[in-house]
Amino acid sequence: MKPDDRLLARRKAVNGLMMSLCVAAAVIAVGALALILAKLVVAGTVALSPAIFTLMTPPPGSSGGLLNPILGSLLMTLVAIAFAAPVGVLAGTYLAEYGRGTTLGNGVRFLNDTLLSAPSIIIGLFIYGVMVLPQGHFSGWAGAFALALIALPVIVRTTEDMVGLIPDSLREAAVALGCPYWRVIVSIGWRSARPGILTGILLAVARVSGETAPLLFTSLNNQFMSTNMNAPIASLPVVIFQFAMSPYQDWQSLAWAGALLITACVLVLNITARVITSRGVQ
Amino acid sequence: MNADQNGIKLSIRNLEFFYGNIRALKGINMDVADNRVTALIGPSGCGKSTLLRVLNRMYGLYHGQRATGEVILDGKDILTMRGDINTLRAKVGMVFQKPTPFPMSIYENIAFPVRLYQRLGRREMDEVVETSLRRAAIWDEVKDSLRQSGLSLSGGQQQRVCIARAIATRPEVLLLDEPASALDPISTDLIDELVRELSKDFCVLIVTHNLQQASRVSDRTAFMYLGELIEYDTTENIFIRPANERTQNYVMGRFG
Repeated sequence: MKPDDRLLARRKAVNGLMMSLCVAAAVIAVGALALILAKLVVAGTVALSPAIFTLMTPPPGSSGGLLNPILGSLLMTLVAIAFAAPVGVLAGTYLAEYGRGTTLGNGVRFLNDTLLSAPSIIIGLFIYGVMVLPQGHFSGWAGAFALALIALPVIVRTTEDMVGLIPDSLREAAVALGCPYWRVIVSIGWRSARPGILTGILLAVARVSGETAPLLFTSLNNQFMSTNMNAPIASLPVVIFQFAMSPYQDWQSLAWAGALLITACVLVLNITARVITSRGVQ
Repeated sequence: MNADQNGIKLSIRNLEFFYGNIRALKGINMDVADNRVTALIGPSGCGKSTLLRVLNRMYGLYHGQRATGEVILDGKDILTMRGDINTLRAKVGMVFQKPTPFPMSIYENIAFPVRLYQRLGRREMDEVVETSLRRAAIWDEVKDSLRQSGLSLSGGQQQRVCIARAIATRPEVLLLDEPASALDPISTDLIDELVRELSKDFCVLIVTHNLQQASRVSDRTAFMYLGELIEYDTTENIFIRPANERTQNYVMGRFG
C-alpha cells in the first residue's frame, strides 16, 4: 500500500505545530523565572553586606541589617518543623502501613490532600482565631504553629509515598522471620525510606521558609531584637513585605537582600534534598 | 500407628482458603514429614503458594483472606492458635521467589532476626552469623565483605543470604516459595544442593515450577490443580508411576 502524501504532509505539519507550541510554552515559563531570578540577584547582591547578618533592622535613613528577622525566621521554622516532622512522619506511616484501605485512612488522606492545597492565608487566619485572639497578642509560637500546619501535609504526603514504595515482599520477608509489625516499620520501612522522608522534611522547610501570609496574622513583626517566642517576632518574609512596600530606598534594598537570602536558602535545601535522594537510590 | 507417621511434622486437614469470596484451596489433606523435602508442583494459580502462605499465617497481613480447617504443627492447630503469631513465624521460616535482602549490611541481615528472639554477645552473634552463612553455602563468598550492604550482592548470592537469614533463627519448618526461579542455572544448582542438605535438620516444603528441581530435591511431591490436591506420593511415584491422569499429563509436560 502506498501512503497518501497529503496525509503524511498534514501529519508532519501538525507535529511541527505541536512541537513549536510546547517549546514556546517552556521558553515562556523558564524565561519568566529567569527574569525574576536575574533581577533578584542583581538587586540583591548590591544590597548584600556583612552588616545584613550582624545588625538589626534600622529605622528609615540609617544603616542596618536583617539579624532579627533572620533569627526570628530560623527560630519559627525550627519550632514548626520540630512539631510537624514527628507528627507528619507518623501520620504518613499510618497511611502507608496501617491505614491502607480503611475508612479512617482514606478520610485522613483526603483531608491531608485538601490541607496541602489550602491557601496559606487561611491557615494564618485559623491560628489567629485559635491562638492570637484568645491570648490577646501576636506571638512567635502562633507563627510557628501556623508554619507547622503548612509543613505538616507536605511531610505526611511524602512520607506516605516513600514508605508506600517499599515492596510488600520486603515487609513479608521481615514478618516471615517473626518480626513484630512495629519493628518491620522501624527497622525495614523507615530504614529504606529514610532518604525520601528526609527529602520531604527539607522540602517542607523550603516551602515554609518563604511563607508570608500566615505570619502576618500570627507572629506579626518586631523591629527590635527578640527571641521571645511569646511575643511578636520578626521574620524575613514579613520584613521583606513591609520594607518592599515602603517609600524608603534603604529599606527597599534591604528587602532585596532578604529576598535573595531566602531564595538562596531554598536553593540550598533543594540541592541537599536532591543529593540525599540520589544517594539513597544507589 | 505405622512407622511412616512417626516423622510427621505438619498435618493439614480439610484446609479451605478464601481470597474474599474466591475459594483458592479446596479441602486439602496432607501430612508433611520431618527431615524430608516435600515439593508442591502444579500450574500457575493452582494454590501452591497460597498453601505455603497458610503455614506461617502470612495471609493474616491482608484483609479479606481467611482459612478454615486445621493445620497441626507439633500437636497444635496453627489456624486457631492464640497468642503471639510471631513466635509461630519464627518457628516456620520462609524464603521468597525474589531475593529480599534488607537494606543493611550482610552481617546485620543475619543478625537482625536473631536479635528479635535472643540476646547474644558479640562473639556468640559472630558465631551464629558465620554458621548460618556457612550452612547456606555463601560464607566463602562474603566472609570478607560482611559489612557491605546486602544489596551489593548478585541475585544468587542474595538468595543464599536470605536462606542463611531464614535458618539463623533455627526454625523447624522451612518454606521455600520458588527460591530459584529468578536465578541463573548455576545458582539454581547451588540452591538445589542446599535444599537437600537442609532437609537433614528441617522439615522443608518447596514450591516450584521447575519439575526437574522437584524431582532432584524432593522426597515427596504433591501435585495441585485448581485449588485441589490431586495426588500426593513419593517423588518417584509421582514422576514415574503417577496414579492420576492429570498428574501424568502435567509431569509429562502436556499442560501447565
